[in-house]
Amino acid sequence: MKRFFPILSILTAILLAYALYQALVVVPTDALQGDVYRIIYYHVPSAWTAFLLFLINFVASIIYLIRRSPKVDIVALVCAEVGVVFCTVVLVTGPIWARPVWGIWWAPGDIRLTSTLVLWLIYVSYLVLRRFSTSAQTQVLAAALAVFGALDVPLVYFSIWFFRTQHPQPVIGGGGSMDPRMLRVLLINWLAFLCFAFLVCWSRYRLEVLHREVDQAHALESLAGAGMAEKASLPLSRSAP
Amino acid sequence: MNAIKFLFAAYIATWVIHAFYLGTLVRRFSRLREQLRELGKK
Amino acid sequence: MNSLWAVTLATLKKDIRLEWRSKDALNSMLFFSLLVVVIFAFAFDPLAEESRHIAGGLIWVAFLFAAVVALNQTWARELRNQVLDAYRVSPAPANALFLAKAVGNFIFVSVLEALMTPLFVVFYNLHVLGPAWQLIPIALLGTWALVVNGTFFAAMSLRTRSREIMLPLLLFPISIPAVLGMVAGTTAVLTGDNPAHFYIVLLLTYDVVFTTACLLLFETILHAE
Repeated sequence: MKRFFPILSILTAILLAYALYQALVVVPTDALQGDVYRIIYYHVPSAWTAFLLFLINFVASIIYLIRRSPKVDIVALVCAEVGVVFCTVVLVTGPIWARPVWGIWWAPGDIRLTSTLVLWLIYVSYLVLRRFSTSAQTQVLAAALAVFGALDVPLVYFSIWFFRTQHPQPVIGGGGSMDPRMLRVLLINWLAFLCFAFLVCWSRYRLEVLHREVDQAHALESLAGAGMAEKASLPLSRSAP
Repeated sequence: MNAIKFLFAAYIATWVIHAFYLGTLVRRFSRLREQLRELGKK
Repeated sequence: MNSLWAVTLATLKKDIRLEWRSKDALNSMLFFSLLVVVIFAFAFDPLAEESRHIAGGLIWVAFLFAAVVALNQTWARELRNQVLDAYRVSPAPANALFLAKAVGNFIFVSVLEALMTPLFVVFYNLHVLGPAWQLIPIALLGTWALVVNGTFFAAMSLRTRSREIMLPLLLFPISIPAVLGMVAGTTAVLTGDNPAHFYIVLLLTYDVVFTTACLLLFETILHAE
């Protein structure tokens, strides 16, 4: 498996460069918005990638609650963390697009903006829980929180949806159909970002595996040390690394 | 064409965020390798 | 089923009796929300017309933060003398413990709201323009929404470092739709501009979804250690 990593990295880099070229040079300029609209070629694929990663996190959390396999738990953790990174990209590029087009940085009543922000908050709290929890069963708690977070998403969406219909706000102009060339470039960019996200997740997965191995080695070592020093008198109390 | 600045700002911001995250990954990797080396010495 | 209700009632009675004797949670919640009312009254100096639009947000922010005070104390009591460990090994259903704690918190926060609402009305010169009876379902459903998830997350943050900080970090993001429903619903009733039915339905859905999720997952959380 490890041999494929450099090959895949090079392929992803080429794909990203090609997608960038397509987005900046090949695709025609939008008649209404001008060149700024090209932000969507980074914004929208990042959003789709983030949502996909959160979905995988949800599924992995449920599987973990049933099967308790540590590998699935690492998948859930990795997807949440990389998903938050992509979600951050969405939340940063969104206002940069909104400023020249809508004239404002942030529309508090807009449904997509606000629900993405809430999603980001939920998964950041998930990561905070994983960092702060000291018990050996962090994984179970985190999986439960992930299920709660996923249940919350449709409720967030509907609550803001109703809220917005009362407070009219600027939304992306006209729902009409998209130019097929634009859609094609959008999909190329999505593919490129998916490959990139996969690579990042892979690295993060290996990091987590290594991290757990090192932790285990530390625990074993201090156990052995304590056992030598005072002949198995309360060895657990000294096992903290 | 002031708006083009926003376009480049968004693209650069995207890669700055990704680079920052990758940087933290690299830092965590090297720290773990160091710990592994120390464990190996003992 | 019988033992579920019996254990729930017994635990609930114990909690209420303890609270009645000490009044720890209630006093601190009352003082806290009183402070919020006074500070906001100074900060905004509201006219009657203006205050109707912000009062919904103010009142629920005050109750939300006050409820966290009570929720943080929910399980702390059971940690002393290993009471919680005794629960874990006892044959009593885990959900009975959860229900008792949630209902207990619901009663405490409701008492707080009943005591504080008149004060809000006085401080902000409120009088309701919409159908006032709708405030009751909004308050009941909203309080349950806060308390059911709060009790669950308080149990979850028991085993974390600095758990007093952990609870709001976990609870607030998940509660955003409920808080939005409460605030917007209360404002709708106070101003009488638009109907609040949707918000009541939203809160009801939220309550049903998360009560079910809590009951399904609580046993897992209780035994996770």
